[in-house]
Amino acid sequence: MNIVTPEFGLIFWQVVIFGIVLLLLRSFAWKPILSSLKERESSIEGALRMADQAKLEMQELKAGNEKLLAEARLERDRIMKEATAMSNQLLEQAKDKANEEGTRLIAQAREAIQNEKNAALAEVKNTAAQLSIDIAERILRRELTDQPAQQQLVDSYLKEVKLN
Amino acid sequence: MKRLLLALFCFLSFSAFANEPTATTAEATDTEEFNPGEMILHHIGDSHEWHWFSTGNNHFTTYLPVIAFRPGHGLSTFSSRQLAEGKVYDGLKLEHEHLVSEDGSKVYDFSITKNVASLMLSATLLLVVFIAVARGYAKRGTGAPRGIQSFFEPIIIFVRDEVAKKSIGPKYERYMPYLLTVFFFIWFNNLMGLMPGGANLTGNIAVTMTLALLTLLITLFSSNKNYWAHIFATPGVPKALLPIMIPVELIGIVVKPFSLMVRLFANITAGHIVTLSFISLIFIFRNLGVAPVSLAFGLFINMLELLVAILQAYIFTLLTAMYIGGAVEDHHDADYQMGGGDGAEPAHAH
Repeated sequence: MNIVTPEFGLIFWQVVIFGIVLLLLRSFAWKPILSSLKERESSIEGALRMADQAKLEMQELKAGNEKLLAEARLERDRIMKEATAMSNQLLEQAKDKANEEGTRLIAQAREAIQNEKNAALAEVKNTAAQLSIDIAERILRRELTDQPAQQQLVDSYLKEVKLN
Repeated sequence: MKRLLLALFCFLSFSAFANEPTATTAEATDTEEFNPGEMILHHIGDSHEWHWFSTGNNHFTTYLPVIAFRPGHGLSTFSSRQLAEGKVYDGLKLEHEHLVSEDGSKVYDFSITKNVASLMLSATLLLVVFIAVARGYAKRGTGAPRGIQSFFEPIIIFVRDEVAKKSIGPKYERYMPYLLTVFFFIWFNNLMGLMPGGANLTGNIAVTMTLALLTLLITLFSSNKNYWAHIFATPGVPKALLPIMIPVELIGIVVKPFSLMVRLFANITAGHIVTLSFISLIFIFRNLGVAPVSLAFGLFINMLELLVAILQAYIFTLLTAMYIGGAVEDHHDADYQMGGGDGAEPAHAH
């Protein structure tokens, strides 16, 4: 059997069997295998892309957080400053009010003292007058007989009253 | 899977134990001069029975069916046992492993020869293996591959990415089934040919010729306008030279598959011849001392053949892809390195 002479029978079987194998493998092996590979590759690609996106989003989120934090810090400082100012103001106000109240109280007290004093003076005056009348009555009763001494006594009393 | 392998072994070891009463001829051959050329040609050639080995006068042979068609006589099928030792059956006999009719009329030999049996075996093996691989994908979906699936996946991806995509370009998907089948068919059969008792299928010119013709047909049927324009009006060639160029280009169409046919056939056959030659040395020198040297060289060549087995499968597939790529390419696009495997990467490979 010459090795370089193709055998008709073998060519026939090769065409038939290889054809059958090709058709069977195409539909039962290569198509599902290649489509699965493609699907897997696209899913891996998708997963990688998603991971990248997630990383980007994470970075954005982080940047946002930092921005928020900075804003919060600023806000805190502002509030603190405002609070300090307000407390100072309140303190000042309280001080002013206290001063005012104090002054008012002092004035009131003074007025009351004045009134009391006036009342006391009036009473003293009344008492003095009553006293003088009593004295004068008693003197009058006792010394109606002695004219010069009366006169002298009246004069001395008057003098005393004037001095008062 | 294990049961299947066992069945395969059972099938392979199903052999007729023929204790032939031909002691005289056997003795005669024993004393006969050892003819390495004849032995080697017998081994690499096809035959109507599958001879495994002989011990003395006992030949372990699987007799295969003979299917012959003779115009006017019709189809005749019988076991090749009827033709053993030069016997005549139904007006047919074997002459140097060639089926001829006694009266010299034309015989179409459709016998299940050793190569056809091996071909059927490899076809079954391919189907079993790759349907198992496909089942792995069906079961695991987009999950990680396991077992036999993970062994073949990188090879399939290699054929797709390195061979088909780079050589054919964006239209590669249509040709993937053919490329993958050709690649694994050649590889599996190369390996089966290396096994003891294996048939030299991919080293048979009928097989390589069929594969090369399939490649030619696919190339021609998928060829577009540019392909033919390139042949009949090669760009950049003066009109006066076209009468020379057209025949050259036409010859090129035929030479491409011819080279595919010869390359695979010659590589595989040569490997077998070299291995057998080293083994023959032992019988030529009739000296046990030669055996270690022969074995060492034989082993080396066998290892080399394992490499050649996949290399030739790759080369056949790559060249097929390149011929198809040349036929379907839209125009000479520098981005797709047509015919390049060594060139720079395409700027945007799809």
